[in-house]
Amino acid sequence: MNPQLIMDGLIAGAMIGLGAIGITLTYSILRFANFAHGEMISWGAYLALATSGLLGSLSGALLKPIGPFSFGWSLPLAVLAAVALTAGLALLVDALLFGPLRKRRSAVIIMVMASFGASLALRSLLEFIFTSKPVYFSKALQIALPLGGGLRATPDQLLSLAVAAILVVAIHILLTRTAIGRSMRAVSENQQLAGVAGIDARKVIRTVWMLGAGLACIAGVMAGLLVQIRPYMGFDLLLPLFAAAILGGIGSVPGAMLAGLIVGLAEALGVQLIGAEWRAAVAFMILVFVLLLRPQGLFGRAE
Amino acid sequence: MSVELVAYVAFFLTMALTYAVMCLGLNVQWGQTGLFNVGVAGFVAIGAYVSALLTTPDAPDRFGGFGLPILVGWLGAALATGLASFLVGWLTIRLRADYLAIATFGVAVTVQLVALNLQSITGGPFGIGFIPRPFANLAGDPLAFSLLNLGVLIVVVALLYLALEHLLRSPWGRVLRAIREDETAALALGKNATRFRLQAFAIGGAIMGLAGATQAHFVGFIAPDNYVPLLTFQVWAMLIVGGSGNNRGAILGAILVWGIWAASAGAIASLFPPDQQARAAALRIVLIGIGLCAILLLRPRGILGEERIVSRHLARLKPARRTASNPTSPEP
Repeated sequence: MNPQLIMDGLIAGAMIGLGAIGITLTYSILRFANFAHGEMISWGAYLALATSGLLGSLSGALLKPIGPFSFGWSLPLAVLAAVALTAGLALLVDALLFGPLRKRRSAVIIMVMASFGASLALRSLLEFIFTSKPVYFSKALQIALPLGGGLRATPDQLLSLAVAAILVVAIHILLTRTAIGRSMRAVSENQQLAGVAGIDARKVIRTVWMLGAGLACIAGVMAGLLVQIRPYMGFDLLLPLFAAAILGGIGSVPGAMLAGLIVGLAEALGVQLIGAEWRAAVAFMILVFVLLLRPQGLFGRAE
Repeated sequence: MSVELVAYVAFFLTMALTYAVMCLGLNVQWGQTGLFNVGVAGFVAIGAYVSALLTTPDAPDRFGGFGLPILVGWLGAALATGLASFLVGWLTIRLRADYLAIATFGVAVTVQLVALNLQSITGGPFGIGFIPRPFANLAGDPLAFSLLNLGVLIVVVALLYLALEHLLRSPWGRVLRAIREDETAALALGKNATRFRLQAFAIGGAIMGLAGATQAHFVGFIAPDNYVPLLTFQVWAMLIVGGSGNNRGAILGAILVWGIWAASAGAIASLFPPDQQARAAALRIVLIGIGLCAILLLRPRGILGEERIVSRHLARLKPARRTASNPTSPEP
């Protein structure tokens, strides 16, 4: 077996994990499965692409590659802007759609359906603006560096893994050590009781959307940097995202990341053993096995 | 009226009625039971492929082609899809409500993948052709052919409608409703909620499979591209527009939404230059998506809405209760 599949799996898994954190947070705090989360990944990637192109046209110096990486300073700057814009988009969708439904105390399943509608509209809007042709952050070719043990990785890939690791640690600290993190966990335990204790549920909900969308944007940029940018990129990740969120245990951030890596590695293994065309079925098999054997996930609690 | 126009209207209505069958299936799952199926396209595809495999003439380059009669194909499609739905339901219905949604989404993705890649059975990306069409010997006479096909679909929809209306008003249908409205109360009356939900999910799935089969035999050709998430979405839009929980609403919504869809396709073809048509088609999907969200927000009951009292006994005994009965939006 080719050891390179470990590297491929880790990289795909890091993207899945970052996306799954957003799914698991919206699921545990807003209490519905958000089918529009994949679109935050695609929108994040396209927003970063557009901003980066804009910065590049303002100053050519920003396009000059930084050190060993394939991109110039325009991309990191654009990512900051894109994270803010994607968070804004999530808040906008919440204000227009999910907020009014929540106010009306709609059933969970109406929220799921609304997210399904929003997913289709947002995805097709991307297709309308950017067409379905794949695009790239950079056309530069990168040489993969040998890491020992038969593993190879490009500098971009190593940077993505490092960024994902830092983000997961940061989110974990945010949730466990800060006031807003404690509020989020309180609302996820019991919204009424948290309200009685003086926690502003609306602020918590806003934070959840911004966090989830921001992480999705970064996952999208990684996918764009390492693979390509397409309007369907987020939608195609949706099943692995759900599989990872459920495998990790709904509400658990370390669980989502770990499960993301497991799904990514399983996909890489599946690609090697049965062929790349069956990649999407791997996530489904994982989902089926989790629901059969341990529906509460690795770190979840039984209901 | 010219012959072409009649033939076209018949064609349009036949197509719309195949969607009406899907809508009726979804109505059993969602409208009556409150089970959310995000994989309608996958279940429709199972029905279409099973029926195609059973009825097409023997094909050298893939498995099957058993050349069985069309009715056997339809029956097989309904049974196979019902079984698949039963398995998915058995796996998820006892868990949280949206796990079913996620699992059905996975089914749709996986079925599409199998249709695309399992070339030795499904014909791969090129799909399966030469699916026998009812009254194929009359294909030389377009008018008679299209009218007879329309007749077949009208009979199928009418039979399903009558059967489903009967089920809806039967004790079984009323238990489903009770579970949807207040599960604890239904449990207290000794009704096994999981089993009733599972039955409804399997019946709805079987109807979707039948819909896939009738559509495949009407068009004569199937390919994986027919069963993308957009199909799921269209069927949902049809049911929500017509009024979920109402079988007549499901049929009305299917004809209406299919009409809007077909008309907008014509408008795009005539209004936009060829190089911009793919973009305009994307915009059309955006509008449908926003439309669905707007209906959920503004008029969740749809055009016809659900009848508040389905029991004949209750309607006869206490006509005054009609106005006092509780609102009908599905509650968790």
